[in-house]
Amino acid sequence: MGAYAYLAPSNVSEALAALQREADAGNRTQMLAGGTDVLVQMRSVDRGERTFVDVKHVEEANHLDIGDDEIFIGAAIASAILFENEELKGILPGLLESSDLIGSTQIQGRATIGGNLCNSSPAGDTIPALIACGAICVIASPGGNREVAVEDFVTGVGTNVLSATEFLIGFRVPRPQGKSSSAYLRFIPRTEMDIAVAGAGVALTLDDSGTCTAAKVSIGAVAPTALVVPDAAAALVGSKVDDAALAAAADACSVAASPITDKRGTVEYRRKVVGVLCKRAAGIARDRAAAL
Amino acid sequence: MAEAVDLKAIGTRPIRPDGIDKVTGRAAFGADLNLPGMLYGKVLRSPHAHARIKSVDLSCALEADGVLAAISGADLPNESPSDLAKNVLARDKVLYHGHAVAAVAAKTLAQADAAIDLIDVEYEVLPPVLSIDEAIADGATLVNESQHTNGDTSKPASNVAATTMFERGDVDAGFAEADVIVESEHRVPTAHQGYIEPHACTATANEDGKSTVWCCTQGHFEVRSLTAQVLGEPVGNIKVIPSEIGGGFGGKTIIYLEPLAVKMSQISGRPVKMMMSREEVFRATGPTSATWCKVKVGAKNDGTITAATAWLAYEAGAFPGAPVGPGCMSVLAPYDLANFRIEGNDILVNKPKVCAYRAPGAPQSMHAMECAIDELARKLEMDPIDLRMKNAAGEGTQAPYGPTFPPVGLKECLEAARKHPNWTSPVPEGAGRGLAVGFWFNIGMQSSAEVRIAEDGMVTVMEGNPDIGGSRAGMALMAAETLGVPYEQIKAHVGDTEATGFCNVTGGSRTTFATGMAVIQACEDIIAQCKQRAALTWDLDEDQVDWVDGEAVPKPGVNADVKPLSLGDIARGAGRTGGPLLGRASLNAQGAGASFSVNLMDAKVDKETGKVDVLSFTAIQDAGRAIHPSYVEGQMQGGAAQGIGWALNEEYIYDAEGVMENAGFLDYRVPVASDLPMIDTEIIEVPNPSHPYGVRGVGETPIVAPLAAASNAVRDQLGFRIDDLPLSPPRVLEAIDAQG
Ligand SMILES: Cc1cc2nc3c(=O)[nH]c(=O)nc-3n(C[C@H](O)[C@H](O)[C@H](O)COP(=O)(O)OP(=O)(O)OC[C@H]3O[C@@H](n4cnc5c(N)ncnc54)[C@H](O)[C@@H]3O)c2cc1C
Repeated sequence: MGAYAYLAPSNVSEALAALQREADAGNRTQMLAGGTDVLVQMRSVDRGERTFVDVKHVEEANHLDIGDDEIFIGAAIASAILFENEELKGILPGLLESSDLIGSTQIQGRATIGGNLCNSSPAGDTIPALIACGAICVIASPGGNREVAVEDFVTGVGTNVLSATEFLIGFRVPRPQGKSSSAYLRFIPRTEMDIAVAGAGVALTLDDSGTCTAAKVSIGAVAPTALVVPDAAAALVGSKVDDAALAAAADACSVAASPITDKRGTVEYRRKVVGVLCKRAAGIARDRAAAL
Repeated sequence: MAEAVDLKAIGTRPIRPDGIDKVTGRAAFGADLNLPGMLYGKVLRSPHAHARIKSVDLSCALEADGVLAAISGADLPNESPSDLAKNVLARDKVLYHGHAVAAVAAKTLAQADAAIDLIDVEYEVLPPVLSIDEAIADGATLVNESQHTNGDTSKPASNVAATTMFERGDVDAGFAEADVIVESEHRVPTAHQGYIEPHACTATANEDGKSTVWCCTQGHFEVRSLTAQVLGEPVGNIKVIPSEIGGGFGGKTIIYLEPLAVKMSQISGRPVKMMMSREEVFRATGPTSATWCKVKVGAKNDGTITAATAWLAYEAGAFPGAPVGPGCMSVLAPYDLANFRIEGNDILVNKPKVCAYRAPGAPQSMHAMECAIDELARKLEMDPIDLRMKNAAGEGTQAPYGPTFPPVGLKECLEAARKHPNWTSPVPEGAGRGLAVGFWFNIGMQSSAEVRIAEDGMVTVMEGNPDIGGSRAGMALMAAETLGVPYEQIKAHVGDTEATGFCNVTGGSRTTFATGMAVIQACEDIIAQCKQRAALTWDLDEDQVDWVDGEAVPKPGVNADVKPLSLGDIARGAGRTGGPLLGRASLNAQGAGASFSVNLMDAKVDKETGKVDVLSFTAIQDAGRAIHPSYVEGQMQGGAAQGIGWALNEEYIYDAEGVMENAGFLDYRVPVASDLPMIDTEIIEVPNPSHPYGVRGVGETPIVAPLAAASNAVRDQLGFRIDDLPLSPPRVLEAIDAQG
C-alpha cells in the first residue's frame, strides 16, 4: 500500500480548489463518498498512492430538496437516509428500491447513489433506475456547474465523463406528475450481498383510463454500460400495460441486451432474465401508478 | 453401557466456555499472534495449471528491501518427497494454478508482496487435465507420469490413481428379479469448505533446533508430525500450539504454510507469520472432489430392492487421495441389500489437492443414489418413506463395507419424518417437496485426557482436540455427569502438543465420542482415587466406599459414622492422602456408531429465472445421545446450510487454462442468512452401545442429505429431474427451457 492523504472540504468551491491544487501538484486524487467501493478496491486491485477528497462534508452534496417540479438528491447522502424518507419513497420508488438493494445494513449506512454511479460498474444497481426516472447529473467543474443526463454519464466499464478536477454534486430528477411511478428489479442468485446478473428499471405514466402515455426503460449488467431501451418503452406506451405489452417490452430488452458469458451467467441466460425483469418491473410500476 | 440413566448434566444447554471470548473479540485466532521482530511470509504461486519448472531464481528477491529469507522446493529435503511435501512446495512440476512454488519472508507484508514478484521462475507449460472425462480419455495427458492405477506398474501410467470395489451377491440376478429399474448419472461440482478464517500460522525456530508453531488447525498433533515429515526433522523438534479456529470442516486437517514458516524462521532467525488471503484459500487449499456418479437400482413391485450398482469417479486434484472410499462406503449404507456392486475411482486432475470436507465423499455419492431411490419410489408409486423403510438398514444389517451394524437410528429417523409437519402438511402451492437420507460412519481413533483437581475442587479437563463445534462444553458436561459435580465447576482446555497427551485430529465426528470417552475414563480414574483417599481418611477398605453425586460416602451397610467427602474436601486434604489428584486416560476408541439422518425440504423454483427458493428445511438425525443439544442442533443446521449451498449455487468455475474464475465469496456463493429458512431440527437418540453415555458423532452426517433433498424437491415441483448440481439459476432455467 502506498501513502494516502485525506481532505474533507466543506463546500463545492473548497472541493474544486482542492482538486485543482492536487492536480497542479501532480498528485492523483480520488473522490470518496461512502467508500464502500473505494475501500474494497484500495485493498485489492488498486493500492496506489493518492489524495482522497471526501464528498460527505461538502454541503451542497448533502442537500435533499423535494420541489413541485423537481427533486434534488445530493450525491453524498447515504442510502439508508434516503430510504427512511417516506415522501421520497412514494415519489421515486424505483430509484429508492434500487439504492436500498445495495449491500447490507452496514453498507447502507455509508453507500451513496453518487458513488454507485461514479463507480460506473456495468452492474451498478441505481444506474438503470436513475436513467428510467430521467435523472440529470449536476457536476461541479472548474468553469462552473455542468449537467449531463445519467445515460450519457458512464462511458465504459469503470469510466465516466468526469475529469480529475470535477466531481458530482447530485442529481436533478423531474418530479413525476399524475399517475406516474417506477420500479427497479435485479436478479441475483442469492437474496442479498451479491452482484446483479441483470437489472431493469422502468418508469411510466398512466392516463385516467389506465393507458400508458409515457415510459422509460433502462437495463443494467447486460452491456458495458446501462442501456436505454426505447423499443421497450414504445411497447408499453399506448397499451394498458397488459400481458401482451409486457411480453413485447420484455422481448425488446432481450434484443437490446448485449451481455457476455462469464462466471455470473451466460449470454442466453442474461438476455432472457433481463426481459423477465423488465416485464415484472413494468407490472409493478403500472400497479403503483394505478394506485395513485 | 448406554442404559437409560438418570442424567443430570448431559442433555442440558449451558453456555459454552469459549463463548465470552468469542463474542467480545478477545479470542485469538490463527493470525492474531504477533512476536517481536516478526517477519511476514508470502507464497509465490503457480500461474499455470500444469507446467514443468525449469528453474527458480531467488536471487533478486533475496536482495530486495526487507527480505531475510527466500526458499523454493530445493530448500526442503528432496529425497523422495511425499505428495504432501510436493503440495507444500512444488518440485519438478506445478500441478495446479495456485500451487506454491516459492516463499519469501520480509520485514513488512508489503515488502514480502513486492519480493515474490522478483522471483524468476521458468516454466515449460503443459496442457492441463481439467475434468474426469479428460483424465480418463484414451491418450490423456498425465498429471503424474509415474502414477499407475493401484501402483500396478505392469499397466501403463494413468490418471486413475486407484480403484476400489465393494461387492456382494449376484447383481445380474438381482436386476433380473426386479420389476422396476432406475438408472441415472449425476455430477456434483467442486465445493470448498468455506471456513471464514483463512489459514494462518506463526513459527519461531530456536538456535537449539527446536521450533514452535502457532496455527489454526483441527489437529495440532498432525500439524506436528506432518511439519516434521516435510522438514525431515524429528517430531520432538516441533511444538504446536493451536489457536481458536474460525471453521475448518475438514479443511484444516492438513498443512500448507507451517513448514515454510518454520524453514524461513530457521534461515532468518526471526519469527515468521504467514497468512493466506481468501483468494489463496480458494486456489490452493483443499476443496472437496468434483464427482461423476452412475447409479442403478432395481426393485420388485412391493418395493424390495433386488440389486444396486454405483460407479463413482472422484477428482483427487493434483495428488491421489479423493474421498472415494468413504463415498463407496456410504452410497448404499442406508439399505439392507443382498446384491450390489460399488466401484470407486480416484482420479488425478490439475486442480488443488482435495482435502476432507464434512463426511468426505458421502454427499456426492449419496446424492446420486438418493435421487435414484426417489425416482424408484415414483415409478413404483410408493411413498418414499415406505420404500426406504422397507429396505432400511438396522441392527444386524451387514453394511456394504463389511461390519454388521449395532443399533442404528435410520428407521427411527424415517418414522420421525413421517410424523413431522414438514412431511404431513400440504406442499405449498406451486412448490415441491424432497426427502433424502444421509449417513456417516464416524470414526474413533486415539485420544488422551487428563483431569486435574485444584485444591478447592475446581476441575480442569485437559485434552488435545481443537474445539470446532462446542466440544469444550461437551467435555465439561460429560465430566460433570461422571464426577457428579456442577458444570460450572469444570474448565475444559485444549492443550498444546507438549501440554497434553496425543489426540488425533478433530475430524470424523470423533471428538465428543472418542476424546469424550477419554475424559469420562479420566474422571473415573479421579473417582477411583477419591474413593481410595476417602477410605484412607476413614480407615475403611476401598470397596467400602461409594461415589454418589460428587461425594465419597460409605457404601450402604458399611458401618461408619463419617461425613461425606466432596471433591473439594478430598482435594484440600490431598497432601495428607497421597498428593494432588490427577486422573488420566488414553485410548484407541472402538465402535464409533454410525449416524443416519433424514432431511425434508420444500422448495420453489421461479420458472422464469430458474432461481430455487428454500421454503422450509427439516433435519432429523440420530445423535445417539445429545450431550449438549444446542450444539447438536447447531451441527445439523450448519451442515444443512452447507449442503443446501452446495446443492444450489456453490461450484468452482474454471476457465480453459484451469484458472478458477470465482476465487472469492462474491462469486463462490455460499448461502447468506437470508437465503435460508430457519432450519428445523429433530434429534433422535438411539444410544451407541460403545459409548458410556451413548454418543454418536454428529458433525458430518448433516451435510449429506441436503443435496438430494434439494434435487428431489425441485424434481417434485418441475415434474422432471435435473441430474447435476448445482441447481443454479442458469442450469435450472436451461433445463426448463429444454423441456419446452
Ligand atoms: C458488501 C457490499 C455489497 C455491495 N452490494 C452492492 C449491490 O448490491 N449493488 C451495487 O450496485 N453495488 C453494491 N456494492 C458496491 C457499492 O456499495 C456501491 O457501488 C455504492 O453505491 C458505492 O457508494 P459509495 O458512496 O460507497 O462510493 P465510494 O466507494 O465512496 O465511491 C465509489 C466511486 O465513485 C467515486 N465517487 C464517489 N462519490 C463521488 C462524487 N460525488 N463525485 C465523483 N466521484 C465520486 C469514487 O471516487 C469511487 O471511484 C456493494 C459493496 C459492498 C462492499
